[in-house]
Amino acid sequence: MGIYEISLATVVGINVILALGLNLITGFCGQISLGHAAFYGIGAYTTALAAQSGVPGLVSLAAAMFAAAAIGVVVGLASLRVRHDFLAITTMGVGFLFLGIVRQEDRWLGGELGISAIPAFGLSKPGYLLFVLLLALLTAMLSGYINRSWMGFAFEAVADDEDTARVVGVDVAAYKLAAFSLGTALAGLAGGLYAYFTRFIVPDDFGFITSISILSMVAVGGIGSTTGVILGAGLLTLMPEFFRFISDYKLLVYGVLLFAVMRFAPEGLAGVGRSWLARWRLGRRAP
Amino acid sequence: MKPLLEVADLTLHFGGVKALTDVSFAVREKEFLCLIGPNGAGKTTLLKSILGIVQPQQAEIRLAGRSITHLPTHRRIRLGLALTHQIVRPFTCMTVRDNVALAAGHQRLQRVLGALVHLDRRSERAKAAAFLERVGIGDYMDHPVAGLPLGVLKRLEVARALALSPRLLLLDEPLAGLNHVEAGRLADTVAEINQGGMTVVMIEHNLSEVLRVAQRLVVLDNGAKIAEGDPRQVLLMPTVQAAYLGEETDIAAD
Repeated sequence: MGIYEISLATVVGINVILALGLNLITGFCGQISLGHAAFYGIGAYTTALAAQSGVPGLVSLAAAMFAAAAIGVVVGLASLRVRHDFLAITTMGVGFLFLGIVRQEDRWLGGELGISAIPAFGLSKPGYLLFVLLLALLTAMLSGYINRSWMGFAFEAVADDEDTARVVGVDVAAYKLAAFSLGTALAGLAGGLYAYFTRFIVPDDFGFITSISILSMVAVGGIGSTTGVILGAGLLTLMPEFFRFISDYKLLVYGVLLFAVMRFAPEGLAGVGRSWLARWRLGRRAP
Repeated sequence: MKPLLEVADLTLHFGGVKALTDVSFAVREKEFLCLIGPNGAGKTTLLKSILGIVQPQQAEIRLAGRSITHLPTHRRIRLGLALTHQIVRPFTCMTVRDNVALAAGHQRLQRVLGALVHLDRRSERAKAAAFLERVGIGDYMDHPVAGLPLGVLKRLEVARALALSPRLLLLDEPLAGLNHVEAGRLADTVAEINQGGMTVVMIEHNLSEVLRVAQRLVVLDNGAKIAEGDPRQVLLMPTVQAAYLGEETDIAAD
């Protein structure tokens, strides 16, 4: 594995964590977020600042998760007041607000120039890749576990119909806040991993385009499906690399892909996979 | 004996429209009370305010002596209320059985972290199966909810409410939309449940079923309580007859 492949695989791992975090909020709990990149950014900036002041790697990653989740709960509080398209606009606003603050603040956060010379995590490049992949695996396992637990059952109810969920005794507010804090903590972790990986961050890494890219990974993979979202994150990260021409038109391609998925396969890759599997089984049963 | 549910001076208006005005009534332990009245009388709004789904401007609501007036809906459910909607609201992405299993396990959902450590759904699914059999839709257990006929969904609402093991069951027109036979059977089931010791408040338009099962009636018209008491006597009252025949109650009262 060359240095290029290692970098690429590391980015895939980071994006898997990021997308699974959003899937918790949007897929499991049904709360749309168009500002997930802000929490990714909060994690990255927290880690960068912590690392620069000499905080050990694992501690600064934990700080990134905590900072992102703390702001995530505040945004989650907004989700208790507004629903659906209004929540989409609100979270989008949070994204722009984050970007605005980071761009203007040049004393600590470096303004437009961002933060450079972030200290290394202390692992070799292949070592760091393994570390990221391990965390991605743990995130995937957590995601699968939550989905099978009663928490996942409650998320499913909230996503399906909030009012009915209340009538069967679900504390809708508590579960929404749980989804937001878990999902944004994962975004914070991904941001911290990204900061240690590039060791140089600028505001644009965490803009609206990034939020839309993460949402595309979730939608293309299959909203609510852990396996699907991992595939979606992998596919959308690698596609622009393998087909260089896509890189220039990345947003256009993502847009078309998002539209195509919503129009023709609303359940994403996971849905397509499920229907193929069902057809294959049916074909085997009927000779 | 202390009443199980007490509603005092409940007033609710939506903007300038008065939906309910100074409604007071009590539900005794183990009784079967029917709430009747013409369309738009405020019956559904009354049940929704008992559950905290809509917020009255003024009211005092007590369950077993404890004030629940300012509690959020999920807390009232935990204290023993359960409601079936007139317009069915199932979880459309789940199977029929899981709709009920979620309600059967509502104790597990009380604490978010507690819900995270519980994985097993078997005992709740078994309970759900029993409730579904009880309301007569056991055959639809593993069906997805989407596309099921109204008659099945109405009974699913009842099964889901029962699965909460409530102290007081509030039913909003459970028989509407069912055919004659289905309605009779479901009314029997509800009456049986009541005889088993559960207190029931039911909104119903089907007066022959009401007369068959109700022990007491409360009649609403134009957002106010106009009568209360023994079903046969209440239905003979001139104010009640006027309300049902569509005359102005004020004139009839004059």
